[in-house]
Amino acid sequence: MKFTLAKPRYFLKVTNFLFPLALVLGALCFAAGLYSALITSPPDYQQGDAMRIMYIHVPASWMALFCYGALAVFSLFVLVWRHPFAEILAISVTPIGALFTVLSLVTGSLWGKPMWGAYWVWDARLTSVLVLLFLYGGYWALYKAYAHSTQGIRAASLLAIIGVINLPIIKGSVDWWNTLHQPASLTKFGSPSIHSSMLLPLGLMTAAYGFYFLVLFIIRARTELHKRKLLVQEGLS
Amino acid sequence: MKPKHQRFLIIFLGLVGLGIAVFLVSIAFRDNLVFFYTPTDLSQKKIHPEQRLRVGGLVEKNSLRKHGQKVTFHITDHANVLKVNYTGLLPDLFREGQGVVVEGKLSEPGIFQAETVLAKHDENYMPKEVADRLKEKGLWRDDR
Repeated sequence: MKFTLAKPRYFLKVTNFLFPLALVLGALCFAAGLYSALITSPPDYQQGDAMRIMYIHVPASWMALFCYGALAVFSLFVLVWRHPFAEILAISVTPIGALFTVLSLVTGSLWGKPMWGAYWVWDARLTSVLVLLFLYGGYWALYKAYAHSTQGIRAASLLAIIGVINLPIIKGSVDWWNTLHQPASLTKFGSPSIHSSMLLPLGLMTAAYGFYFLVLFIIRARTELHKRKLLVQEGLS
Repeated sequence: MKPKHQRFLIIFLGLVGLGIAVFLVSIAFRDNLVFFYTPTDLSQKKIHPEQRLRVGGLVEKNSLRKHGQKVTFHITDHANVLKVNYTGLLPDLFREGQGVVVEGKLSEPGIFQAETVLAKHDENYMPKEVADRLKEKGLWRDDR
């Protein structure tokens, strides 16, 4: 396999162009998404205005899963092809994924109190998302536990790949077992059970989260790249 | 076989094995992974009277009685019914016909003493006008 695109030079070139684009589009999507989520979209027939938490909770959860999937793919490249650039991408994506997971857990618990009557319950969905947060934390701890980062990244990558098993569990938890958390609205067979007037803000917020992820990811990856370059130039690594 | 292919194969086989293991474990612990039992589960299982458990179902229509803070209602899974006693405040979403999960223990067979009542909501989101229109047209499914 050839990785022409994964060369740092190309990465810097592509992200030079991509970064301002993601920044502007992200800001626009956030503004339009928040406006339509908080002001123009109708309240839910049962949950009233509390349902608006969905617009920040659901995209955060999707991004948390997406980041873990990306981390697992990068980890595979670290372990199988020993590609140094994959390490940079993997450690750039991890804290962002953890951030989205925390956001998902916090907004979920703020939504749970008024609707369910409890901030936290140990049902399969909530527990498996908490495990996802621990996986991100465990990855980082393992990565930092070695004196040399090439050792740390291999141990951590193995953990990341083992943790992939948690992704289908999170997705399936609401269908396989009785949970307090409701099942998926958008990915069930047949039509989605979110009214079209509520799909627009959800879509905009999801796009906003995606661009936000891209912005953070590019900043982190470029910083890491420059840091390593400096270390090599100074002869420190 | 090149070393990288070998590494790929090891990781792939490891993941497959792990997947099978997790699948088997989740089947074996199915009973412990559910958040709540249904009233039907309850009638089929031997439950120790002191055992704390959660039961979930729909609040039966016209079964809610309130005496100040004391509340009684029935929860049903359309097959079996369980009578629930509870003292305290009910969550906002609690209403007849709505899904609910109660936590507590069986005080005597068929009567549940709840310490916590959690409201369960479904995955349908729509404005009130749409819900009303669906009901008017008779398109409302009760399993929503």
